Amino acid sequence: MAKNAHNKDLQVTHPETSHAHGEHHPELGFWRKYVFSTDHKVIGLQYGFTALFFLLFGFTLVMIMRWQLAYPGEALPLIGWLFSEESMPGGVMLPEFYNQLGAMHGTIMVFLGVVPLAVGAFGNYVIPLQIGAPDMAFPKLNMASYWAYFLGGVVMLGSFFVPAGAAKAGWTSYPPLANIETMGQTMWLLGMVFLITSSLLGAINFLTTIIQLRAEGLTFMRFPFFVWAQLITSFLLLLAFPPLEAAAILQLMDRLAGTSFFLPSGLVVSGQAMDITGGGSPLLWQHLFWFLAHPEVYVLILPAMGIVAEIIANNTRKPLWGYKAMVYSVIFLGFMSFIVWAHHMFITGMGTAISAFFQITTMIISIPSVIILSALFLSLWGGSIRFTTPMLFALGFLPMFGIGGLTGLPLGLAPTDIHLHDTYYVIGHFHYVVAPGTILALFAGIYYWYPKITGRSMNDLLGKIHFWGTIICMNFIFMPMFIQGLAGVSRRLYDGGQLYQFAQPVLKWNEVMSIAAWIMGLVQIVFIVNLFMSIRKGKKVTENPWEATTLEWSATSSPPLAHGNFQSIPRVYRGPYEYSVPGNSRDFAPQNEPEEKVPVA
Amino acid sequence: MDIPYTATARPDTGVYNAKVGIWLFLASEVMLFGGLFSAYIFLRIGAPAWPGMLGGQLYKTSFDVLNVPIGTFNTMILIASSVTIVMSWASLMMNDFKKYKRYMGLTILCGLAFLVVKAFEYNAKFSHGLFPADGNFLAIYFTLTGLHGLHVVGGIIVNSYFWGPGSKMWKTDPKRFTNRIEVAGLYWHFVDIVWIFLFPTIYLL
Repeated sequence: MAKNAHNKDLQVTHPETSHAHGEHHPELGFWRKYVFSTDHKVIGLQYGFTALFFLLFGFTLVMIMRWQLAYPGEALPLIGWLFSEESMPGGVMLPEFYNQLGAMHGTIMVFLGVVPLAVGAFGNYVIPLQIGAPDMAFPKLNMASYWAYFLGGVVMLGSFFVPAGAAKAGWTSYPPLANIETMGQTMWLLGMVFLITSSLLGAINFLTTIIQLRAEGLTFMRFPFFVWAQLITSFLLLLAFPPLEAAAILQLMDRLAGTSFFLPSGLVVSGQAMDITGGGSPLLWQHLFWFLAHPEVYVLILPAMGIVAEIIANNTRKPLWGYKAMVYSVIFLGFMSFIVWAHHMFITGMGTAISAFFQITTMIISIPSVIILSALFLSLWGGSIRFTTPMLFALGFLPMFGIGGLTGLPLGLAPTDIHLHDTYYVIGHFHYVVAPGTILALFAGIYYWYPKITGRSMNDLLGKIHFWGTIICMNFIFMPMFIQGLAGVSRRLYDGGQLYQFAQPVLKWNEVMSIAAWIMGLVQIVFIVNLFMSIRKGKKVTENPWEATTLEWSATSSPPLAHGNFQSIPRVYRGPYEYSVPGNSRDFAPQNEPEEKVPVA
Repeated sequence: MDIPYTATARPDTGVYNAKVGIWLFLASEVMLFGGLFSAYIFLRIGAPAWPGMLGGQLYKTSFDVLNVPIGTFNTMILIASSVTIVMSWASLMMNDFKKYKRYMGLTILCGLAFLVVKAFEYNAKFSHGLFPADGNFLAIYFTLTGLHGLHVVGGIIVNSYFWGPGSKMWKTDPKRFTNRIEVAGLYWHFVDIVWIFLFPTIYLL
């Protein structure tokens, strides 16, 4: 109570409001308003559209790859002529080009698609609104963060056009292969430096904003779960990315200055002893890379969990089950994610003692994930569920992420991982986490917050077609991967395993998976049409169409594109999910609404 | 609506925005240099001799390769600059802008002196035919000191801005300007501390 009184003083003497600042008038020119904007909502949309473009681009790459996997050596119909003679002579894909597509699909989907959409777009647009802030703490850094991301994307795309094409050493860029790669790999490393800079600036901004700019009365335990998820995600980005930057610097030194950080003594390439001093270690790269890339998995999944939590609470009309347990779990998850990385390296020969340590930590980290998922499932119990489009996507997320998570357990244990490592099983596992998991949740978020952004809702029928088409196709794409992987089919074969006797019984699935992928591509057209058509043609809605409780719904829809989202500085009186409180006149109580004066009998 | 807590501290956290931001940034920098120091340990443990064979010649200790007195001298310069940047901030706290200018100027000069000495050191290595590609000792030496050097350059640019054009803010918003110098100082101390770890690790051990 003493704290509340203290906060009231704070409202009266709000330190900055008396300042006369002329620089943020809404009458900015076109360039300052829409291109080099410092407003978190514009930047959020810039992130959103760029990331959606990259998601589509990365998906297109894999749709081309899937032709080669389904019909190896056959000419690509319709669009085969688009590609140069060095990549697809006569429309037939060369192995080198397949490797480029594979490496760049992974890189683009993770670093240019999902993370910028989940963190850059949703984080930027929603967090300041959800915590009642006028903008991000550092608007100029925010703009710099977007443009660093944009440049990183340009460098990555540009790498397709340098001699010998883009990076071919997989999204993991393992040396020595990556060290002896062509120029595309150098471009990849430079692109990563831009992207790491971008996420560093973003992470600092999110953390400072959440800690410093939350509305009065919005204590940490009153945060919507989405804010918690983004807070932990930002910590992961802040602390896990720099070691990859260090690794990228070392690999750049290897490639450009001729050092041997990752090259062992006596390395022989194509029958020729390499002219190097040696003494380096390929394992060093793997340690530095996975020190980033395992927390990165949680960067991919936590914002998705946050979005799903918001939508589930809103559409079941009841509080989240076990909010506190979820918060403690997400904090613990963030911490643990830094000490599980070497479970990606069981078969590298790093030693059984280290393997034992990392499989124990890996088993431990599954506990908080299971707690969060269980809490979300239990939140459905006894709720009067509204099956809106965002809710369908959120409900789809739960079992899909469940499959992704559970199939990860055999990979986290060294004995089973030896058989499964580098097979299609691994591909199936992490795609279940990221594609039917995270991407479904991101779609859910788009449908959910669209009315806040545009003042109109997206078409419900098209949304439902999009949902059913996507989730059915996704399962046809990824489920057979488990079957192929268990049969032992290796993940990076450009012909899908045609040459291997043991692969023959499961090869028939390749065609099924490919056709499913192409149908899913068609289904996305429904989404694209819906996304753009609804801007003008969508049904007009009020500022709180879902009857939600969190702060962003108390701001006007399509908030003004200058710093300042709320009519007056909001104040928070209650927790995030006060739905169906007994005795209240409505079934939801917004966070900024003072307690109803009616005494509870 | 303007962004709150750019100049004054938020009462319940006790800090202004930029201070949270810089500490987070420094945490990330710790991880960056931590990654490189880990790489150093990893490579050294696996090496049969350290520094070992460099450019066809066997070196038994690191001070056979590197010049310890010059390194020590540079350490002193950086420590001195950490003192002067604190003094520049303290001068602002005591409302003495002239003294601020003098101490910040000294800090920038120290930074430049450090870089000049470093350039002589690099040049000495190159003229003896010792390049990054000549062995992992030199590779990690050039990478770590090079990256640290870039951080020094960044610090000098920021400090020069606050010494020159950026110091106009002292007239319009002295509190915020003082905060900026404090934040710049925190960064500069970090650059100094990295060197204090780097110098013994590479030159002496």
